[in-house]
Amino acid sequence: MSETSVKPGCPVAGERKVFMTGNEAVCWAALAAGAEIMYGYPITPQNEIMHYWTRNVPKFGRRFLQTEDELSAGFTTIGGVLAGRRAFTATAGPGNVLMQEPLSMAEAMRIPVVVVIQQRGGPSTATVIYSQQEVTLTCFGGNGEGLRIVYSTSSLQDLYDYTIKAFNTAWKYRFPTFVLGDGYQAKMRESLNIYDPAARGIDMVPTEPFVGKPGKIGEGREAAHLRNAYSVEEELEVAMARDTSEYERVTPEIIEYDSYNTEGADIVVIAHGIVFRSAAMAVRELAGQGKKVGYFRPITLRPFPREQLQQAVARAKMLLVAESAYGQLLKLVKENLYGGPCNLPIKTILRPGVGITPEEVTEACNALLDGKGA
Amino acid sequence: MAVEMELQPKMPKCWNLATKPHKFCPGCGHGLILKALGQAIDDLGIQDRVVFGCDIGCSLLAWDFFNMDTVQAHHGRATPVMVGLKRANPELIVIAYMGDGGGYAIGSQHLVNAANRNDKITMILANNTNYAMTGGQMAPTTMPGQKTETTPYGRDVKEDGYPMLGPEMVAAITHEGTYVARGTVSKLLTLKSYLKKALENQISGRGFSFVEVLSTCPTNWRTNAEQTWAFLEQTMQEFFPVGELKVPPEAAAPTAPPGAVEGEGE
Amino acid sequence: MSKPVKIALAGEGGQGVQSVAQILMDAAALEGKEALYIPNFGIEQRGGVSIAFVQIGDEKIGAPKFKIGDIVIALSDRAVRRTQMYVGPQTLFVYDSGIQGVEGDLPKNAKQVLAIPALEIATKKLKPRVFNILIMGAVIGATHVVTLDKAKESIEKRLGYKFEKNPELRELDFKALQEGINLVAGMGVS
Repeated sequence: MSETSVKPGCPVAGERKVFMTGNEAVCWAALAAGAEIMYGYPITPQNEIMHYWTRNVPKFGRRFLQTEDELSAGFTTIGGVLAGRRAFTATAGPGNVLMQEPLSMAEAMRIPVVVVIQQRGGPSTATVIYSQQEVTLTCFGGNGEGLRIVYSTSSLQDLYDYTIKAFNTAWKYRFPTFVLGDGYQAKMRESLNIYDPAARGIDMVPTEPFVGKPGKIGEGREAAHLRNAYSVEEELEVAMARDTSEYERVTPEIIEYDSYNTEGADIVVIAHGIVFRSAAMAVRELAGQGKKVGYFRPITLRPFPREQLQQAVARAKMLLVAESAYGQLLKLVKENLYGGPCNLPIKTILRPGVGITPEEVTEACNALLDGKGA
Repeated sequence: MAVEMELQPKMPKCWNLATKPHKFCPGCGHGLILKALGQAIDDLGIQDRVVFGCDIGCSLLAWDFFNMDTVQAHHGRATPVMVGLKRANPELIVIAYMGDGGGYAIGSQHLVNAANRNDKITMILANNTNYAMTGGQMAPTTMPGQKTETTPYGRDVKEDGYPMLGPEMVAAITHEGTYVARGTVSKLLTLKSYLKKALENQISGRGFSFVEVLSTCPTNWRTNAEQTWAFLEQTMQEFFPVGELKVPPEAAAPTAPPGAVEGEGE
Repeated sequence: MSKPVKIALAGEGGQGVQSVAQILMDAAALEGKEALYIPNFGIEQRGGVSIAFVQIGDEKIGAPKFKIGDIVIALSDRAVRRTQMYVGPQTLFVYDSGIQGVEGDLPKNAKQVLAIPALEIATKKLKPRVFNILIMGAVIGATHVVTLDKAKESIEKRLGYKFEKNPELRELDFKALQEGINLVAGMGVS
């Protein structure tokens, strides 16, 4: 494998507080993580990731290819990973739909691609602004079992942290890894700390090429024959059994969540992504008034923190699921409550394509506490 | 088996012996194309640096054909996978191998844009005038009047247009540094010289290289040996002229041995 | 827990509402406060009204957009109509008194509606180009979300490269800022 063109030293020295947009934060995180090449196709609201990246490419010895569509962006990213590079792409909405084809190949061949999704409204072209309607697509898109890892971020700090983490998760476990943001996080500007991973003691998982390794074939190395097609049904079953059991084995290491005040809570609010911020603010305010309200936030939507959710809601009388979609998180919650307290009443705030404010969550909780919302 | 070995004594060095005899149908042109390609790779001594990307379609059966690094892609997507690899590691020599459906229909945007970007990759496209793996449907290259499973009364050019002229299109949209040719499995030495030039063009970093190869599919054509050869040599070549369409000046030197005689099956 | 101040600035493309939002946000950062700014963008903005949503507070901000603003500023007739939806009983609604034909479109449910002659003052006393800085002064005068010092420092940070070539512009901008603050202060904002 040829030497990397990446210039030595981390583009982000030490650690510092900055105000920037989410797309800029993703770019700096990818630079700091040592990502070597980005492939991309324009789609709002992720464009500025490419804009910042291309401006920094010559400064830090990175590479970029603008492709003809998201199919190509996904497949070229796979090519970049096969070459042993930390390669990534970013997309949204209809681009995410096209991206599912290459991602299903990455899933089948255990190719550690990293994809940043900045969700926009759907279905179809819808809005270029914001939504949480790509949860099902990102977790389970493709003709397979959804053997991917999906981090749902709720702040620009998260975008920075989890973009770095995504490269390590992908290369450690060899499952395609997604950072699931949204148009609000992409375009808004707020404070965050950017840092050199090494300054926080984060080691970057080393990469290695799948093809084009050094040495002569037959003398010290075998030719790689990488496939995704099988002639016989049973061959596929064996391959899937291997991959699904591996996925299940590493799930406990991967899952992440956050919860608060669930111990004595009558109502547990469940939200992810940027809606979680509103949920958290509302719940903390209500808890501060002595009301029995807590929250649960899945950070990994896939794999889902099933046992942790079941524990968090074990003593609750009611759940409130809030999302900017018409039941995509709700579906995950219901599925993962099975075997636990799955008969709990679930109330919802489902607002596809628009944000949810803390006031709305507070109002809904108060109505439920007063018995009005039942 | 022993007899076949004697008939084909010069198996290219870069072939994977463990997977021979290969899995293509009797009379299929793929084996011939891959033989010419294998010889070109042997001549250039690049086996260890090549990554061979195969599309889905009959070309997927080539996934373990060579003793070289090989990646199966999706239908139409061998091109972007190889583009991505080459961009990430320009020292590799990448080959995207596909059929006419993969290259001219579902993957046509990748062909057009890789050509337009002058990506330093080599694309080899087998034109057998139909979708063979899926059972013989019309392809962009199906001949006027040719019967396929989706044109049971023959391709009607008023409804379905004329066969696609891929190399002509690629030659028309590309600039300096591009190599474009159309070969045929009936002239293997010439084909080998095209493939070699196409690889050299990549190795020298000049640019995009594209070789379409007229190939045979007796299984779906439902032809005997004589009819197969007639279809390839006459019907197809009348519409798809064989030859080099674009040769960078630096690549013009002949690579086929002078005075070599072209023969059936070489 | 103190609530953040919610500001919506709306105008036509070129009126500089997004720059004002960024300068305000930078001033808040210099102040050591938390802030969140998000523009409307893409097909939402192309050919439409440009809106900047800014929130400034002591703690991390929650949702990036809000339903009802504490102060909503509209700088064109279309902006007056478009921003109705962000006005509620706690809102101070400010618009430029030079905007024609919007009398019937002014919000009825605002806490207070204020017409300020910002464009007139900018044009007659200063220069039309500092109109947006005057508006920024009006926001600060009405909300006190940032101090005058930090506002100036933030302007310096963002426009310093222009001031180097043209030092008069600095004076002009700072004057516009003060004019904006005075304008609102003199109008009995409650």
